[in-house]
Amino acid sequence: MAIYTQKKQIVTPGELLAQGEYYPELNTFKEKDKIYSMIVGLFDYRGNRLSVVPLKHCYIPYVGDLVIGKVVDSGMSGWTVDINSPYSALLPLTEAISRPHSMRKDVEGILRIGDMIKAKVIAFDRTKDPILTIRDRDLGKVTRGKVVKILPSKIPRLIGKKGSMINLLKKVSLCDLTVGQNGVILVMCKSSEAEEAVIDVIRMIEREAHTQGLTDRVSEALRRRIAGTQ
Amino acid sequence: MSITPKPSIISILEQNLIMELAAKNRRIDGRALTDYREIKIERGIIEKANGSAQVSIGKTKVMAGVKLELGEPFPDTPDEGVLTVNAEFTPIASPTFELGPPGENSIELARIVDRNLRESKAIDLKKLCITPGKKVFIVFVDINILNHDGNLIDASTYAALAALLNTKMSNFEVNDGEVVFKDGVQPLPMNNYPVPVTFAKIGRVLMMDPQLQEEDVMSTRLTIGVDKDGCICAVQKGGMGELEPDDVRNAVGMALEKSKELRTLIIGGS
Amino acid sequence: MIKSYPERLIDENGLRLDGRRPDELRPIKLEIGVLGNADGSAYIEQGKNKILVGVYGPREIHPKHAELPNRAVLRCRYRMAPFSTEERKNPAPSRREIEISKVIREALEPAVMSEYYPRTVIDIFIEALQCDGGTRCAGIVAASLALADAGIPMRDLVSSCSAGKAGGEIVLDLFDLEDKYGEADMPVALMVNLNMVTLLQMDGKLNPIEFERAFTMAIEGCRKIRGLQVEALKKRYQGIVEREGTSEFDEEDT
Repeated sequence: MAIYTQKKQIVTPGELLAQGEYYPELNTFKEKDKIYSMIVGLFDYRGNRLSVVPLKHCYIPYVGDLVIGKVVDSGMSGWTVDINSPYSALLPLTEAISRPHSMRKDVEGILRIGDMIKAKVIAFDRTKDPILTIRDRDLGKVTRGKVVKILPSKIPRLIGKKGSMINLLKKVSLCDLTVGQNGVILVMCKSSEAEEAVIDVIRMIEREAHTQGLTDRVSEALRRRIAGTQ
Repeated sequence: MSITPKPSIISILEQNLIMELAAKNRRIDGRALTDYREIKIERGIIEKANGSAQVSIGKTKVMAGVKLELGEPFPDTPDEGVLTVNAEFTPIASPTFELGPPGENSIELARIVDRNLRESKAIDLKKLCITPGKKVFIVFVDINILNHDGNLIDASTYAALAALLNTKMSNFEVNDGEVVFKDGVQPLPMNNYPVPVTFAKIGRVLMMDPQLQEEDVMSTRLTIGVDKDGCICAVQKGGMGELEPDDVRNAVGMALEKSKELRTLIIGGS
Repeated sequence: MIKSYPERLIDENGLRLDGRRPDELRPIKLEIGVLGNADGSAYIEQGKNKILVGVYGPREIHPKHAELPNRAVLRCRYRMAPFSTEERKNPAPSRREIEISKVIREALEPAVMSEYYPRTVIDIFIEALQCDGGTRCAGIVAASLALADAGIPMRDLVSSCSAGKAGGEIVLDLFDLEDKYGEADMPVALMVNLNMVTLLQMDGKLNPIEFERAFTMAIEGCRKIRGLQVEALKKRYQGIVEREGTSEFDEEDT
């Protein structure tokens, strides 16, 4: 039984991580009794469960995810939404209106191509495109604010342990932030400059996600920028 | 653009059968791993072509025709004739062949046949030069797939080779750089007789001359072209699978052996 | 322009026309993440070869009917720039480029774990900007890096190298003159850790002993090149990651 690399080492596809009674978890696979990495990433293990944290990956929807997407097509039964994923999503008409509607209701009046929406994934399996809903409270068309896209793999870092990082951003900026699991973040502040400041700091978190002391640096940078906008 | 092809819709039952048999070194039609299906060669069937042949391997049927024309040599080989090989996957041969310009499969096949002929110097292209840099004979080899039941590469190359062996060119004489044709014919000057042997890898087993159902199941295809001196003149791995280095070594060994009897068959009767 | 036939491909010291020993690779330079829009990208220089690869995907495929229900489709295009060779190359896709696109795709298929992204396409665009022999091999080397850069899961990196015979000697990594005027050229691609060949072609004339020597030499060359690929990947991502001390990485909510 042996692990051939250390935590937080960068590993590459096909790199032998360990041999013996280990369990291949995130981004690793087992062939006979050897465990290999599938991707470029950072090696990690808890007990004998091995995983590789990706440095880059695309967004694959999960049921329950909050996503921020863009309407790219409309049809009789609903809309096609770009959710920054290899799979484009469907928002059925029935998931966009809370009350039974009359047939004459104008689909265009609800959402148009180009609109941004906050939505939730209510169905997805690999044989069909993901289905969204905007019927809950806090979901629906985005009417103001700015949107920034980061690598979906950095979203956990942006949220932080028990929400520590995102709450810090909200507290310091006094802005409304909605983090989509699909890597898209909606920033709504009182001023445009404040929105820009928050976006810059979000990009900083994306760039430096795996470094030490990030929370302090973020806090410092954001305070400075927000102060500058007032 | 090369794109992952749609897999053929072979039933799971059939797939499993072929794989189970393969694991025991057996095949669905009872052949040994190194057996070819019955090979039939008809020569000189198209009188209007300079040379022609039809080869069947089992139910696979391929016809090749050779036409000679006069033309210009390539700039980097001014004293040699020109060989050009083309293949047509005609829709009559298979429900899977579509109308349209040559796809990657027919282009790859034509280039493999070409490689076998060219690298072995099968045709003595220097003897096809009339005026260096100006006029040479162009040998057009056109391959028509008539029925696809697997192993088109071997069938096509054997047909091309048999057609070339069958090719007659008019006797000629060069006067002041002009070709003057005389009475009588001569065979195309040939120096070598390359024979490819194609394998399918199914599971961990290599089998020669895959028929269509075996091709539908195989992960990888390997063609080894052997010339009359027992040298390897062309190799091509095809398919989306992988080969162990020893698979390659074994295939080379088996091809060297098998090509001898195949060559006798293709040449004999010319 | 007609090039004159080179006198000898190997000189009296056993050195090749470009000064290399028979078993020496051309100098190789690898860069990763060079294109802004592609999901993954890589650039290779190998001798005079200059090849750029961009990967897009997994992404939605158009037309939809080309999708496969349980895996991603790979779409690969190898293209030579018109200015990449001595004589201008006609921009229209040549039969050679079509064949090379196919064998490169088939070389990468066994490595890419396409079952993770059903009904999508992974696009691999290989642009040969300057060609001096062995471009399909160099293209595969860079394509593996571009796929890794895009975060696409793979069983192994694919490495690739050619060997053959020139001037009567078995040589490694043939460049253009050796390919044109030599006796044989054998491009090979290998998933090194799994020891599996994914591309194998040969044209020329080799007796069985020469074949074995060239084959073995090409496989060794692939192993060496894989070392360079891994080094390039690790170097690229080193700057982003810290490894000492307590990092917030440990406390991440993943």
